[in-house]
Amino acid sequence: MANSELKLAWRNIWRNKRRTLITVASIYFGVILSTLMTSMQNGTYSKMIDNVVSFYSGYVQIHHPDYWETKSIDDLFVPTDSLMEIVSGNKDVDMIIPRMESFALMSYGNNTKGGMLIGVDPPKENELTRLGHWVSKGKYLEPDDDGILMAVNLAKALNVQIGDTIALISQGYHGYSASGLFPLKGILEFPFPAMNNFGTYITLNKAREFFSALEMVTSLVLTVDDYDDVYPVKHHLEGSLGDNYSVMTWDEMDPVTKQMIEGDKGQGIIMKGILYILIGFGVFSTVIMMIAERRKELGVMVAVGMNKLKLAKVLFYETMLIGMVGVIAGFAMSVPLVWGLVNSPIPLTGEVAEVYEQFGMEPAIYFGNDPMVFWGQLLIVFAITLLVSIYPLSKILRLQVTKALRS
Amino acid sequence: MNVIEVKNLSKIYNDSEVKVHAVQGIDLAIQEGEFTAIVGPSGCGKTTFLNMLGGLDQPTEGSIRVGETMVNDLKSSELIDFRLHNIGFVFQAYNLIPVLTAKENVEFIMQLQGKSKEERDKRAISLLTEVGLGDRVDARPSRLSGGQQQRVAVARALASKPKFVLADEPTANLDSTSTETLLDIMERLNREENITFIFSTHDARVVNKARRVIQLEDGKIIKDERKA
Repeated sequence: MANSELKLAWRNIWRNKRRTLITVASIYFGVILSTLMTSMQNGTYSKMIDNVVSFYSGYVQIHHPDYWETKSIDDLFVPTDSLMEIVSGNKDVDMIIPRMESFALMSYGNNTKGGMLIGVDPPKENELTRLGHWVSKGKYLEPDDDGILMAVNLAKALNVQIGDTIALISQGYHGYSASGLFPLKGILEFPFPAMNNFGTYITLNKAREFFSALEMVTSLVLTVDDYDDVYPVKHHLEGSLGDNYSVMTWDEMDPVTKQMIEGDKGQGIIMKGILYILIGFGVFSTVIMMIAERRKELGVMVAVGMNKLKLAKVLFYETMLIGMVGVIAGFAMSVPLVWGLVNSPIPLTGEVAEVYEQFGMEPAIYFGNDPMVFWGQLLIVFAITLLVSIYPLSKILRLQVTKALRS
Repeated sequence: MNVIEVKNLSKIYNDSEVKVHAVQGIDLAIQEGEFTAIVGPSGCGKTTFLNMLGGLDQPTEGSIRVGETMVNDLKSSELIDFRLHNIGFVFQAYNLIPVLTAKENVEFIMQLQGKSKEERDKRAISLLTEVGLGDRVDARPSRLSGGQQQRVAVARALASKPKFVLADEPTANLDSTSTETLLDIMERLNREENITFIFSTHDARVVNKARRVIQLEDGKIIKDERKA
């Protein structure tokens, strides 16, 4: 019987071809628009996260359990062989970049300023953050360099030039006093104004010497192969490393960006919500008309002995079939469209492109092809049609045969 | 043997402020194989009476027994099943399912009864042949004339092997030739297969063919005549 009900439903939806095609078309365009919107949002967020993590934080960081709260030079840890074995043993971890960072006073002549002193492994750091790209004067650090890179505003405040020697003073590990002289090797000009005020970089070995914390680091910055690996990596490392270390993801370290993305996603949801409400009403109005114009026929079917639930099933199939035809047609168009846009992002030109480039981003609109971009639409249309199908169901269950036969 | 026994059947409509006594205290027995016409002016209660006989409407008072079943004791879902297995319907406006072919329309009832595909095929073709539409089995209703559609409706009504067939003004939309053909078919089915037919009608041609004529007025039987 199910097959014949499906056959009956299929034939019924094509009774009024034009109306069905208009309804299917509204779903079709809705699916395409919504898929493109979701894909564009995902692509943009993904690029935004890439930019954030590649600018400084990485996807995941490992710290001493207290470090993120205290940011103290006393809360360091040694990246032991066993620790490195566990971390590098995770197949999803791509790179491990060690850092040591703390506050220091920087002095040149009569000028003194406070700033963040960051010890890095120059080649690895450059691979993650493209630090060398921001050197506006002088040169980037060599692996065994004695020099220092300084953010442009800090350099201006201290009135230093390339080759000048800067005195640094700070507190070392466990109360040691830290002081040293470093020649200015390069000046960094970041696209973010805040970062131009306080960042200074030396090699990791020099930082360890300076802070009297040999073999130690404040953080291990990890990159992963794929964004989806971030949370599995965190959970794996937390499980393997226990309470001796804290494992943080990029969004825990940078909640502002995360909130910005969530806020933007919220706007997207509202837009898609409006789109789907319109589609929902389109389908609903078709279903109302389909019921209204067939009231007598439905009455006859019940009169001759068709169970109301079976009849409701036929009408349910009709609603679902309209939704499915629209979704399948929408998929058939949006899948190749999204794939094309993922492989060839839309290039930006003019002032917008310049702004993107200033921030170190490629001037283009990116698209994502996460399976949920497509499956999400299927689920939404399914939910809409399921909701709409309540109407015929209630109409059939309340159908009075004699009244329907008179209609 | 009585197929239908009606006792003190009444129907009062309370839809408006004034109570309408559509049917008032009808007592009636219809025997197997009768070819009965229920006649009377518009508003005399023919359709209401037929609806109650068919289990489509509930009486306000009285009882209807079909075989061993008290129809007015059945619940709504039981009534649907009862109609499926016991009553054939022919409507004034044919009311075939427009998206199904003639054969599929006839099969539809048997499908609801859970009959096998083979049995359905065989009976549908046989019934359509019997009503003179053996060559139009694959035609949809829109491709058939009014008379042909009503003949498909008769075949559909017989598909379930019902105890009786209720036909509400079956010839009202037909021309004289189609009416004649339809009546001949129904009369033959009645005579040869002992199928019980109950019509409500205004049509004198139907009344002429009927072997029993029940006349209603103001919801009451005023005349019940059996022809020789």
